[in-house]
Parts: sequence; C-alpha cells; structure tokens
Amino acid sequence: MGKTSDAALITRVGVQRLIEVLTARGYQVIGPTVRNGAIGYDAIAGIGDFPVGWTDEQDGGHYRLRRRDDAAFFGYAVGPHSWKRYLHPPRLRLWRAQRSGDEMRIIDEDDEPPRYAFIGVRACELNAIAIQDKVFLGGPYVDPHYRSRREAIFTVAVNCAVAGGTCFCASMGTGPKVEAGFDLALTEIVHDGEHRFLVEPGTDFGAQVLAELPYRPAPPADIDTARAIVERTAQSMGREMPATDVPALLRRNLEHSRWDDVAERCLTCGNCTMVCPTCFCTSVEDETDLSGTMATRTRRWDSCFTMDFSYIHGGSVRSSTRARYRQWMTHKLSTWVEQFGTSGCVGCGRCISWCPVGIDITEEVRVLHEDECDGDDS
Amino acid sequence: MRLSMPSDPMRPAPTRVLTRRREVADTWTLELEPGGTAERPFAPGQFNMLYVFGVGEIPISLSGDPASPHRQVHTVRAVGPVSRALAALGPDAAVGVRGPFGQGWPVEAAAGADVVLIAGGLGLAPLRPALYYILSRRARYGRVVLLYGARSPGDILFRRELERWRRRTDLEVRVTVDHAGSDWLGRVGVATNLVPLASFDPGDTVAFVCGPEVMMRFAVAALREAGVDTAAIYLSMERNMKCAIGHCGHCQFGPTFVCKDGPVLSFERIRGLLSRKEI
Repeated sequence: MGKTSDAALITRVGVQRLIEVLTARGYQVIGPTVRNGAIGYDAIAGIGDFPVGWTDEQDGGHYRLRRRDDAAFFGYAVGPHSWKRYLHPPRLRLWRAQRSGDEMRIIDEDDEPPRYAFIGVRACELNAIAIQDKVFLGGPYVDPHYRSRREAIFTVAVNCAVAGGTCFCASMGTGPKVEAGFDLALTEIVHDGEHRFLVEPGTDFGAQVLAELPYRPAPPADIDTARAIVERTAQSMGREMPATDVPALLRRNLEHSRWDDVAERCLTCGNCTMVCPTCFCTSVEDETDLSGTMATRTRRWDSCFTMDFSYIHGGSVRSSTRARYRQWMTHKLSTWVEQFGTSGCVGCGRCISWCPVGIDITEEVRVLHEDECDGDDS
Repeated sequence: MRLSMPSDPMRPAPTRVLTRRREVADTWTLELEPGGTAERPFAPGQFNMLYVFGVGEIPISLSGDPASPHRQVHTVRAVGPVSRALAALGPDAAVGVRGPFGQGWPVEAAAGADVVLIAGGLGLAPLRPALYYILSRRARYGRVVLLYGARSPGDILFRRELERWRRRTDLEVRVTVDHAGSDWLGRVGVATNLVPLASFDPGDTVAFVCGPEVMMRFAVAALREAGVDTAAIYLSMERNMKCAIGHCGHCQFGPTFVCKDGPVLSFERIRGLLSRKEI
C-alpha cells in the first residue's frame, strides 16, 4: 500500500490522461466496458468506454445491469470476465510442427507477448492473479506464456465502492480493500462535491506514471472519505463464507449426502469454471492443415465438469455429476490449500451469479458446516 | 521464426523411432532416440510425453534400462487414437518427446530390504526399469520377488525376458493369468493370489505395485495381510494428463498431481482416497 503522504487526487480528466499516458508508453489498455448486457473487460481508448453510470445487480443465477443516479466509472462489482483471459488466454497456440518425409520440426510462436495495462482491478482479482502466479510460476515448471504476459502488466487497482449481491471477499480475507500487487490504486469518490479519485501508488513505476498526470495532493478529508467507502463496502457483502476451517470441513465430508443434492441441481455446464478468476485447467487440441504437413497445438481452457476431463482408458474417472461438482468445490476450497498454500477462492461471487441454477458455494459450505454443528448438539 | 525456447516445458523435442517390436497382440515396444540430446536420463517409474504428428500426445512410461539413457524405451498398448498411432510408427518415423516427468520408484530407499514387485497387465512396463536397476545392484538388496498377472498366456509381456529372469536363483518370479486354455501349465488367478506364495520378510520389505486401480487395491490388501507395513507400499497411479507439469489440472487425485507428485505415490499418501469412488 502506498504511503498516505503519497496519496494524490485526480479528476476524470486525470483518469483520461492515465489511459493516454499508458497507451503512449506502449501498453494495450484493458478496462471495464459494457458488452452484451454485462460489464466485461476489453480494450479501452478513453473514459467514455467505461460503464459510466452503470451498476450490476447480482444474485444466485442472476446478473442485470442497472442505471445509477450518478456518472461513476467503477460503480459496479465484477462481471463475467476476469483478467485471466489476458494473462492465461482462453485459447493459445503453443507451437506448430512441420513434417516433411520422416522429419519433423517444431516451429515456436514468435509473436511478441502483449503488454497490458489493466484498469479497474479489484482486490479479489489481485488476489486471484497472485494465486495463478503460484500455479504457473511457483512450481518446478514455469509457464513461459503466462510469465511473459504477467511480468509486463501495469495494474491500476480500484477499491470497491459497492459490494455485489454475491460478493464475499470480506469473509475470504481478499478484499474489498486492495493491499498489494498494484502499480496504482484508485478510490472513486462520486458524491460530496466533484467526481474525483484518490490515487495511491503501489510501486515506484506507479509513482512515475502518477507524476505525469494532473494531480494535487489528497486532502486528509478525502483520504478519510476513501477509507470510509471501502469500510462501508466491507459491511455490505451479499454473501459470506462460514467462518470455519473449510478445507478440513470438506475433507471430513467427501461422502456427505449433500453432494447428491447438489448433483440434482448442477447442470455440469462448466460456467463456474469459466468465470472463476483462479480456475486454471486447460486441455490441448491438435490439428493438421489440409496438406497434412503442418500441425498445430492449441491450449484451451478446460473444465473439470466435462466427462472428457478425467477420461482414461476404460472410462471417465468422474462420471457422476456428484463427483464432478465435488471435485470442483473440494479443489477450490480444500485441496488447493495443500497444493499451493492458499485457498483457490477469492470470494468474487462470479460462480454464484453465473451458475444458471444459482448454486451458491457459500451455501453449500454452510449446509455441511451446520450439519456438523447439529451433530455436535445432539 | 525464433529459435527454440528451451525453457518451454510444453515444447516437444523432435526425435525418431529406432526400433519397433510387437510384444503381444495389441502392445508394442518402441525404442526412440533421446531427441535433441545424446542422453535423456530417467529414473525407474518416470514417463515421457510422446507426440504423434497431428494426432496428439500421451504419457507413456519408460520401460527400458535406466543405465541406457541414450535409448528411450516405451511399451505402448494400442487402445486410443494416440496410442494406436504411436504403436503404428515404424523405424525412422518422427515422434516428439517431452520428459522425463514425475516421481519414480524409491529404488534407492529400498536398498537393504526385500523388494516385492507386483504387476498387472501393462503395469509390468513401468516396473521393468526398477527391476533392471535392482538387478544391476543385486547385492545391495535382500530377496527380490516379481509377481505378475496377465489376462491370458497370449497377453504375457516381455515373455523371453521373464523366462530368463525365472532361471535366476537370486530372483523369484511368479506369473499367473486370469484365464487360459488347457495348454497353459502355469497358474490361473489374479496376481494378488501370488503374494502368500512368495518368500520375503514382511517386516523388512518394500513393495512396488503397478496395474489397474482395482488390482492395486487388492494388492495392498494382500500385502497388508502378509504383514507388510503400509508405509513401505508404493503404487503407480494413472490419470488423464495433458501437460505433465502440474498446470493442466487433469491428473488431480485429491491434493496430488499424479504427473508431478507421482505417478509413483506412497500408499500412505493416498490411502484416504484410494478406497473412494470417483476421486
């Protein structure tokens, strides 16, 4: 977190200038924008591309855009996209192979990795990026595609001024206040006077970029206001993960009847895995051109909800819906901790909102937890 | 076009088939050049990812002698699109190789103890390098036992080698088949039935087991029945794998990634999962 004395105040013009400065420095600026009735992430040319005056209404299996009564840039929670679609692209050509006779040659991808500046990264999303760092950079093998994108990003974080109906970062310890992993952090102050943004640099580079913007030192009153905004957000979370040792709870309940109950509702569509900012699983596709001399290997996002995912000779290891939902949830909340030293969940609530039948990961944990508590009482 | 990115663990090294030999009806042994290097050293129980041009890539255990890392020996059963294409490759055919990957059999830690190897079907292939390793350092081990079960006499892998091993006085080899015609003079039944017949000191034995999961569960039960400590039992697990480096997520077995934490895992590590369905 930047030192309080470094905090600056910029206006909407300053945010516009920030986009221009980053663009001039060679970044492809990515930020929130309204697409297909939702707030997604895409290339941003100026502040006019932001979801100005929009917010999102979220609940289990429910997402709607609503008009706000102001012109806030960041007055929403999170949409279906997460930054993983830029750092860990949904489809990525890994290499091609050329064959002539009995010879085979591997042709590496020579594209320069893109340099992204992300604007509007929430605390939960910063934590999600830190989690994917552990997956792709923290083990004995490093994913060079992820690393080249990751190392080049410039991150403009935003402290959440509203909590969505499915948000539960406060109970996961992953928000709503951004703590680390950003170059600049914004807090949007949309009421009580001029529309303005408190800016706190998180890196020296962030401070350099800030110096190029029209800013003024932040008055103490605005620093207090910004703090109050985030505190209010923390108090208005739409969901809450039960305060218990969730990894151990799930380890104890691998055969609980609740998994059958979830299986009655789950469509195994995989939406939760696609919108999750930490789900990292992929598959590979191999194809050849019509001449049969050039083959392509493509990596694409995969989901543990498909039958193919666990297929070995003889059949799928996890063929029942019960087993596939259990795999996803126990991985996310329990075995992830053993694998990477952190939960795989950041409390963003996307899996709840974008589940077509509104399955709620916090509710599933609560049922298991309360069932154990009831057992203790009797 | 940029030169190869050697740091990319997903990039195969192009190489070629040296020899191809039919083992049994649907199973072939391919010997490959190491690919891009003079030697590709491996530990018994490790595997490579083998890529067939335009068809796909699958994990295949190394089945050759770890003392000969200039030859990458793989025994492949032709059951899926990639394994069928792989098994059909003749000498000089191009193939891509990544590896070796994974944790192998604890052959060093087993020194001094009796070693019991239990194989079911193609499970003999990943165990063969361990046996080569042990036999080349025979004096360092106690009694060594190989118990092998195949579906039928016609499905017995490495038959001539098994005959040679049977003639050794410092190795106990027992073979059984699930079903056989009247011309089969050997045992009929599952491999785990061989455990009570074998001579080893259960209090000082390390067991390596590889075969279908159900067979391995029974093998563990038979070993425990014989008095072998569960901490001395190791299994080689099979799961779907796309990357072999812990990034694709497919091979998860509870908290373990079979590709990088295994494929050889101690029974102690997975005992809570092995008895559950669909983990």
